[in-house]
Amino acid sequence: MNQTDERVKVHTCFHCGSSCDEEIIILDDKDFCCYGCKTVYEILNENNLCAYYDLSTMPGISQRNQKKYPHFEALDNELIRKEYVLFTDGSSACAEFSLPQMHCSSCIWLLENLSRLNKNIVSSRVDFPERKVTVMFREKEMPLSQVAVLLAGIGYEPHLSFDKNKKKKQDNSRIYKIGIAGFAFANIMMLSLPDYFAGGHLNNELLRKTFVYISLFLSIPVFFYSASEFFISAWLSLKQRFLNIDAPIALAVAVTFIRSLYEIFSNTGSGYLDSMSGIVFFMLVGRWFQDRSFRHLSFDRDYRSYFPIAVTVLKNGEEHQASLDAIQTGDRLLIRNQEHICADSVLLRGKASIDYSFVTGESQPVVKTAGDIIYAGGKQIGSTLEVEVLKDVSQSYLTQLWNNTGFANGKEKNVSAIHNLSRYFTIVVLLISLTAACYWMIVDPSKALNAFTAPLIVACPCALLLSATFCNGNVIRHLGMKGLYLKNSGVAESMAKADVIVFDKTGTLTLQGNNNMVYHGQALTEAEMSLVKSAVIHSSHPYSKMISKILTAKIIDVTYFKEYPGKGIETVTNLNSVKVGSEAFVRNESNGNPGIYISIDNHVKGYFLPEQQYREGLAKLISKLSLTHELYMLSGDTDSEQEKLEQLFSGKNNIYFRQSPFDKMAFIEKLQADGKKVIMIGDGLNDAGALMKSNAGIAISNEINNFFPACDGILNGSELIHFDRIISFVKTAGRIIIGSFILSMIYNIVGLYFAVSGTLQPVVAAVLMPASTISIILFTVGLSGFAARKV
Amino acid sequence: MSILILLIFCSILVATGFLIAFLWSVKSGQFDDDYTPSVRILFDDKPENENKGSI
Repeated sequence: MNQTDERVKVHTCFHCGSSCDEEIIILDDKDFCCYGCKTVYEILNENNLCAYYDLSTMPGISQRNQKKYPHFEALDNELIRKEYVLFTDGSSACAEFSLPQMHCSSCIWLLENLSRLNKNIVSSRVDFPERKVTVMFREKEMPLSQVAVLLAGIGYEPHLSFDKNKKKKQDNSRIYKIGIAGFAFANIMMLSLPDYFAGGHLNNELLRKTFVYISLFLSIPVFFYSASEFFISAWLSLKQRFLNIDAPIALAVAVTFIRSLYEIFSNTGSGYLDSMSGIVFFMLVGRWFQDRSFRHLSFDRDYRSYFPIAVTVLKNGEEHQASLDAIQTGDRLLIRNQEHICADSVLLRGKASIDYSFVTGESQPVVKTAGDIIYAGGKQIGSTLEVEVLKDVSQSYLTQLWNNTGFANGKEKNVSAIHNLSRYFTIVVLLISLTAACYWMIVDPSKALNAFTAPLIVACPCALLLSATFCNGNVIRHLGMKGLYLKNSGVAESMAKADVIVFDKTGTLTLQGNNNMVYHGQALTEAEMSLVKSAVIHSSHPYSKMISKILTAKIIDVTYFKEYPGKGIETVTNLNSVKVGSEAFVRNESNGNPGIYISIDNHVKGYFLPEQQYREGLAKLISKLSLTHELYMLSGDTDSEQEKLEQLFSGKNNIYFRQSPFDKMAFIEKLQADGKKVIMIGDGLNDAGALMKSNAGIAISNEINNFFPACDGILNGSELIHFDRIISFVKTAGRIIIGSFILSMIYNIVGLYFAVSGTLQPVVAAVLMPASTISIILFTVGLSGFAARKV
Repeated sequence: MSILILLIFCSILVATGFLIAFLWSVKSGQFDDDYTPSVRILFDDKPENENKGSI
């Protein structure tokens, strides 16, 4: 009875909320999925910090796959320490750590109460959007590494990397510019109103002059400070003989300002200073809205982000920590379990079992013996290794990807279509101005100058540019809510235009690390299953864990247990003996079958084979996408799953196996040479080149805080099956932009009508400009919000 | 009518004050983190030694 009850009831971890399918640890009537989670609970409980669990349910971070003994000693190395300590006065210091794991208000609460855990911590403060914690601690009593250990101990292991972008200070200058432009715009508008209401002929000359000169005074900082970025950018592009998106804005602002100056000083009018400040203000707000994307995600990563900040170097038989830059050819390094090899090196001592899944996508570890060359990027699984460095970190096979030209010129690839449009726009407006000027030269020369400048003032590119800016900004925000984080709005446009989608296999189409074990052979009875489960539960090998996961039988006591590294395990219970391991280990002979064999009382029963699990709903997604796009699959893996994939992709022509990172990149290049626009969806470092090269590179990550390669966008793994809807949303957004273009064109034509007829009143410009801008913002934001509801 | 000019100057002076306040608040980082403070304010300051129930 008891036994069935236990299996029906689903146990979830009190700490992290994951299901306790491997083991259940019970403490204080609470279930925990692993000892890590239990330890964190104990620490919090001892320190009276259990309010952590009241603020949100199961707020913890699963400790199951955490490194058990992270090496933070490197943080006490003076050079590395400097990267993290913001300031120090000799007794207390302030350090900043990036903790990508934090995700809820419980996290904030706990991390701001660190001082209760350790009295040497003075205070701590969280910046949630940046996923950062700033800790003030007494450095004499507590070295920096201990602070990191404390954080890791409660489940928040600091993310230490050599990211140079880390120190990037937030630039507030755009906010200042917006503030000043907005201030000037509102005040000038207010001062211009009396003139407008009087029909442009305010009787009181003193008042009129005062108002005009105050306006002029207010507009000076707008012209010279707020609008400076448009002038600089336009000038830079002109020097390259190219009209960029800022050129029409700079032209409009400059012409408006100069004409206003002329009117004011020649006493012929009161100028268009309110319109000018308005243009600058709205354009700056548009830019800010567009650029305000996901601050805590860094999209431009290079190899340094993946490697540890420091490695253990052996010198004269002594271990010490050195930073990556300090490593030279010939150095001897110690690589511990779960550590990455950071430079191509030769194995001197130890049994290497290198997991290259990070680089190649191939999930089976590769066994290397002394004398073999190990390429950078692999992760050691097992005992500690001693290696000698053959090449500098920056010259290693993996890091060469970043030296490839594909990376260098991949930067400007998501140039928005409005850039091209703005060029024609500028030319057309200039032509209209000239034509109008020529016409008035003949008919009425006194109006010629007005007619020349008026189109430039009124045909503001504002509405035109803002429509795309606001629409894209809104699209990015809505996609972010759906689990797709785009680097910038250009990516959305590239996605809408793409006609080819290339998928990676491992981790993209298949579920990451969630390989399924499939049993082949004689069927196991319930008793046998529980024997096998009791055996594998004692081993920490990933395969053992996977087998234990699929066997639901009861666990029984084991009297003898021995693990033979690289071979298998042997256990004895009261009645039976069980062997689980490689074919050679269990059967004493080998036919080269990679399965995990089991024998009970020396009777071979069968074997387990790891099988990759595909995401649910994949077939549906692929059949939908294949209607509109060409689909390809590139895998670094062997072709063992070819049949399955052929079914999915209906044919073998679109499926490629054993692709190296360079092959993948070359494949994308070839597609692009044929004039295709490519979306690449991948997850590993082996896709990094292809992601960079493609028109829109989307990295799959099951947790946005985890590892992902440099890319244009990050897609939450579980959302991949909705990719067709995302594509159609992005396409709709493209149509909304076109719609708002048409709308802004209508405004422009109306404005131009007044302008070329030489009768542009400041009041017309003042009404038309904000009215068109605001209506277009409402139009695009409203419609794109509506379209997003269908994703 | 000339009193209007004085009023205009006053109003612009006040507005400038607000502009400076805004620039200062941006500079001092008050807008850097627009999420954490909203959560922080809801945390109860429980006394360190457990004495629930007493106020």
